[in-house]
Amino acid sequence: MAAKTWNNPVVAWVDERLPIFSMMNSELVDYPTPKNLNYWWNFGSLAGIVLILMIATGVFLAMHYTAHVDYAFASIERINRDVNYGWLMRNLHMNGASMFFIVVYIHMFRGLYYGSYKAPREVLWMLGVVILLAMMATAFMGYVLPWGQMSFWGATVITNLFSAVPIVGEDLVVWLWGGFSVDNATLTRFFALHYLLPFLIFGLVFLHLWALHVKKSNNPLGIDIQGPQDTIPFTPYYTAKDAFGLGAFFIFFLFFVFFYPDLFGHPDNYIEANPLQTPPHIVPEWYFLPFYAILRAFTPDYILFWPISWLMSAKLAGVIAMFASVLILLFLPWLDRSPVRSARFRPLYKQFFWIFVATCILLGYVGGKPAEGIYIPIGQAATAYYFAHFLVILPLLGYFEKPKPLPASISAPVTKSPSGKPQAAPAE
Amino acid sequence: MRNTVLAATILAFASSPGLAAEAPEVPEQDWSFDGLFGTFDRASVQRGFQVYKQVCSNCHALRFVAYRNLEAIGFSPDQVQAIAAEYEVQDCCDDDGEPFDRPAIPADAFVSPFPNEKAARAANNGAYPVDLSLITKARANGPDYVYALLTGYPEEPPEGVELMEGMYYNEYFPGHQIAMAQPLWGDDVEYADGTEATLEQEAKDVTAFLSWAGSPELEDRKRMGVKVLLFLIVFTGMLYAVKRKIWSDVDH
Repeated sequence: MAAKTWNNPVVAWVDERLPIFSMMNSELVDYPTPKNLNYWWNFGSLAGIVLILMIATGVFLAMHYTAHVDYAFASIERINRDVNYGWLMRNLHMNGASMFFIVVYIHMFRGLYYGSYKAPREVLWMLGVVILLAMMATAFMGYVLPWGQMSFWGATVITNLFSAVPIVGEDLVVWLWGGFSVDNATLTRFFALHYLLPFLIFGLVFLHLWALHVKKSNNPLGIDIQGPQDTIPFTPYYTAKDAFGLGAFFIFFLFFVFFYPDLFGHPDNYIEANPLQTPPHIVPEWYFLPFYAILRAFTPDYILFWPISWLMSAKLAGVIAMFASVLILLFLPWLDRSPVRSARFRPLYKQFFWIFVATCILLGYVGGKPAEGIYIPIGQAATAYYFAHFLVILPLLGYFEKPKPLPASISAPVTKSPSGKPQAAPAE
Repeated sequence: MRNTVLAATILAFASSPGLAAEAPEVPEQDWSFDGLFGTFDRASVQRGFQVYKQVCSNCHALRFVAYRNLEAIGFSPDQVQAIAAEYEVQDCCDDDGEPFDRPAIPADAFVSPFPNEKAARAANNGAYPVDLSLITKARANGPDYVYALLTGYPEEPPEGVELMEGMYYNEYFPGHQIAMAQPLWGDDVEYADGTEATLEQEAKDVTAFLSWAGSPELEDRKRMGVKVLLFLIVFTGMLYAVKRKIWSDVDH
């Protein structure tokens, strides 16, 4: 690409010494993007914008928040009641967390559907998985900060999971807490880390985008860019499309912020933390429910636990399974043996994809229910299927599935013949 | 045979203690502050304040609300000053370094009926009357629940229910046994505006007051929300038009 010349002398002077304007121009303006991206591709930029929004509102909240067990709950109320537009900052931050997960989950399912994790984008995908893990840690610690009942008991339950680690478990938990229960030391370190991690995520997002711009975007057809005829510059085309998507997203997001700010939360978190009183049902935030269901699926009589029951407790198996359910995504590029990326050309994978989506939703539903009665076997079956999808179905599909023929190029299916009919049949 | 097993299973679920402890469904009420354009009914909230002040506040604190906040529900600064002055707060300290009592001022938070939890429990048969600042947010369907609870005391507990000592039967309290005796009966207060103080009216008014106490920002929030969403809908429509125009030269 020819170096861009700048008319503004100051910009030109700086750019000659530090080509930051040239970089912005080549990565955000000229950046060649497949011309056939659909609206599912909007969710990446939305996730980035929500991250910025979370950092911005979080900084303002931190100015008024007090990280102390005696004052944390009251300081949140002060933000809601007395700080100018404090309620707005808090509602944006609180609902922004839920939105972040909605957007990122859709972004990930899009990647799953169109095979965006496959070569040559493995590192891009794996960075995304690491971002998800960092987001989960950040969200978990953030939920503890208001020091309500669910904050306290959620923190107690989740940190106690580490006690299942053999030999050092109990010491590990004391080390995490900074004491012998979830207390002030826990709260202050969670606050420090909750402030730190988003900047780490920001750095990871930068790497994620770097990896993206090296190998370029995947697209709904899942085939490679063959030349300039397949791409359009990011600006103005995708800036305009992302701007529209952002507006639509904000309508959805702000509807909750202004009218139902507590819908995604739990009423118990408006009761100040009380270590002497356990809530009837301790439930994590909705975005952790599928993982919570996997954790709880491992009971001593669970069939998946039998083969390893001589090795570890069911509790430890559940903890490992919960972490494995996210970490398994790191291996996805190699578990999926099919050379075809997009589900559009994979008739069997397409069906298994939707079964997998339904399984995740089912796991989320079960995770929000008390661990009793019919919910236990349902959660266990769904857990087994979740892992089977990655470890059995995807590897086998690569061998047994007969993919549909791929179009010759990105432009081929969209180039219209004079009659107005597409030349090659679009693969919808 | 299979039917018997099925019936037994259903019965076992229906009567499991886990389900019995679930909070009963509370009937839905109409509230002026519901919906996108909801606002607090000032007269009702003021009457509710009177109920809180004369009945509830004997046991229940409201620590996140300050007297000055009452101006938001229509009391004049003078009225607020007079209300605050009815209460005593301990201040620290006089010129000798000794704590002293003084009348509350509008900037003070509502004075709690008990100095601490232990004192509250000692005065209430071991039970702790919860702070009501956030009661409508700290319960599922908060306002409906509070109203149902206040009006949910039957004259006699249903047959076969054995109450623990010092407990009262309530239809909507989880587990049905509540340490709070029926607080409102009707005619507990005399409304200044002449409204008839029936039990339902008092319960409705005090719930409206507590809903305001829990979400004092509600009116600002909803008013801003309507404006913001209207703007966003128009703006997003324009962004869509821009996108269509820009993309009109691309085959896709």
